[in-house]
Amino acid sequence: MPTATQISMVPVVVDNEKCIADKGCRTCIDVCPLDVLWIDEKTGKAHMRYDECWYCMPCEADCPTDAVTVNIPYLLR
Amino acid sequence: MTQLDDITVKDVDVLVIGGGTAGPMAAITAKEKDPSASVMLLEKANVKRSGAISMGMDGLNNAVIPGHATPEQYTKEITIANDGIVLQKGVMEYAERSFDMIQKLDNWGVYFQKDETGEYDVKKVHHLGTYVLPMPEGHNIKKILYRRLRRNRVQVENRYQAIRLMKDESGAVSGCIALGTRDAEVIVIRAKAVVLCTGAAGRIGLPASGYLYGTYENPTNCGDGHSMAYHVGAELSGLECYQINPLLKDYNGPACAYVTGPLGGYTANANGDRFIECDYWSGQMMMEFYNELQSGNGPVFLKLDHLAEETIQEIEDVLHTNERPSRGRFHDGRGNDYRTKMVEMHISEIGFCAGHSASGVWINEKGETTVPGLYGAGDMASIPHSYMLGAFVYGDICGANAVEFAKHRDLPTLDETFILREKQRILAPLKRSDGIPPNQFEYKLRRFVNDYLQPPKITKKMDIGLQRLKDMEQDIEFLYARDPHELLRANEAQHVYDCALMAAHASMYRQESRWGLYHHYVDYPQTNNDDWFCHVQLYKSEDNQMACKKRPIDPYVVELDEEEKTAYQKMRIQQVS
Repeated sequence: MPTATQISMVPVVVDNEKCIADKGCRTCIDVCPLDVLWIDEKTGKAHMRYDECWYCMPCEADCPTDAVTVNIPYLLR
Repeated sequence: MTQLDDITVKDVDVLVIGGGTAGPMAAITAKEKDPSASVMLLEKANVKRSGAISMGMDGLNNAVIPGHATPEQYTKEITIANDGIVLQKGVMEYAERSFDMIQKLDNWGVYFQKDETGEYDVKKVHHLGTYVLPMPEGHNIKKILYRRLRRNRVQVENRYQAIRLMKDESGAVSGCIALGTRDAEVIVIRAKAVVLCTGAAGRIGLPASGYLYGTYENPTNCGDGHSMAYHVGAELSGLECYQINPLLKDYNGPACAYVTGPLGGYTANANGDRFIECDYWSGQMMMEFYNELQSGNGPVFLKLDHLAEETIQEIEDVLHTNERPSRGRFHDGRGNDYRTKMVEMHISEIGFCAGHSASGVWINEKGETTVPGLYGAGDMASIPHSYMLGAFVYGDICGANAVEFAKHRDLPTLDETFILREKQRILAPLKRSDGIPPNQFEYKLRRFVNDYLQPPKITKKMDIGLQRLKDMEQDIEFLYARDPHELLRANEAQHVYDCALMAAHASMYRQESRWGLYHHYVDYPQTNNDDWFCHVQLYKSEDNQMACKKRPIDPYVVELDEEEKTAYQKMRIQQVS
């Protein structure tokens, strides 16, 4: 059964200028209940890898540099 | 630590599964009662921000505080709200411990609203009694719990999904098999006692938005515990009494009668008129909500636009900082302003949740399931309408009883054949090179649930639904995961699948209507106390089939007056202008 890869617009936006994941910070990745935030191997910064968001906001609230913004998922807006 | 084949085996006295609300309390109490016991708290996410209260909670919905309510009165209220189908001893046990728990949390630094004389500022929301206590600083509750976990040296293991419970040859629970959600490592935790605190089953139905994770419940709460309890042979109860809640349309967060009600907000129809007498969530209230949605007076709205500016600011302050803080952002995007217009509401997808209704893994007043050594607490366990405070109280009860059970038992022996077979089954989606992605499997499953299993319930429709679900069983061996995260979703999807089957079986078994919309069975529209004044227990039969049976209601500890019995049946306002 072959599979395809589709894209989707994700609700969590990380400001790469402010994100300090490349210096070892893992706060947003640690607190996400759905485990959808991961390190982007190209940039070393945090990003949303899976579109499975409950827009619950610990990632934004706990980020030490205010780099994370949680938007409402497009399907719900 | 021992090895079984290449599987790591960790040995503990008490294993608590689920680090949301009830779980941390169970683990803390177990350690407080016996500091020498080894207590592990296993969590699928991270205990710092997990479960239904990951962003805190805006209040207690069921505080039984001397001077405002008595345990007897509360037990009556919940008995009536639940159409008589309750284990009253269990509700009473909660009610009698409710105030002690509030004081314990208060001592730990949880702030409850007090009036000018320093007394708890309790509000009336329920139909009869007064039980709602606001927590304006409730956003910090997880931090307070976390501090207690550290102080009591509870061993915390984050990012493990518990998948199957194990039992020994005597039939007592012996631990669990779990999956590392980031590395796909299968581990075994051998335990003398287990407390299940995995929350509601919130991913059975599909939200109207179609977004798989736009659920009322935190979607991590997908029914892991319900499925595990079923497979290890525990009984579940009241699964036909679905959770269905009134929510903000699309956003899927509560409209919050508990917060806005005491300040003058209410649920209204399109004309801006009240149509229900009491906004407290019950099946009868939901039935009126559903009727109004279907009528020419629909849809239904949260009405606040008549309130004073400072009242609205107070409401926004609570609602936009606690529990669901993205609510304000949703309103901004839609151009909703509580001051100028009513906000559209809708009904949630179906789920199992004892916190709000009465469906879950059966427990008694000691927190015991029907499997020796296995305890349950919180939204997953069967004590009805228990909310956050009920989760804390039963977490406390289970922690104490589990550590006592563990004291009188040696480490159980493990069933190696079972473990190795399970390991293979759990990892199978990762071994395939193509197949059905978990999200597609889950979407289809949950769409069938909406199409065939949500109320109004109809036998022919549920028959078709059950057949569709059974057809999907063969898809399970084609589930395909490309990485550990997708493997987590593949295993969750199988638990959702079990829950959907359970919803169908329990609903078709109870051939009457009860609890308003929760079990609105069109083929049997009347409540039939002669045949169905009982619990419906669902269990795995000896030939491994899903089966149901009746369990009589235990004698009440608080009798009801005749007039009170029907109080929740009279929800509709008689004269709407």
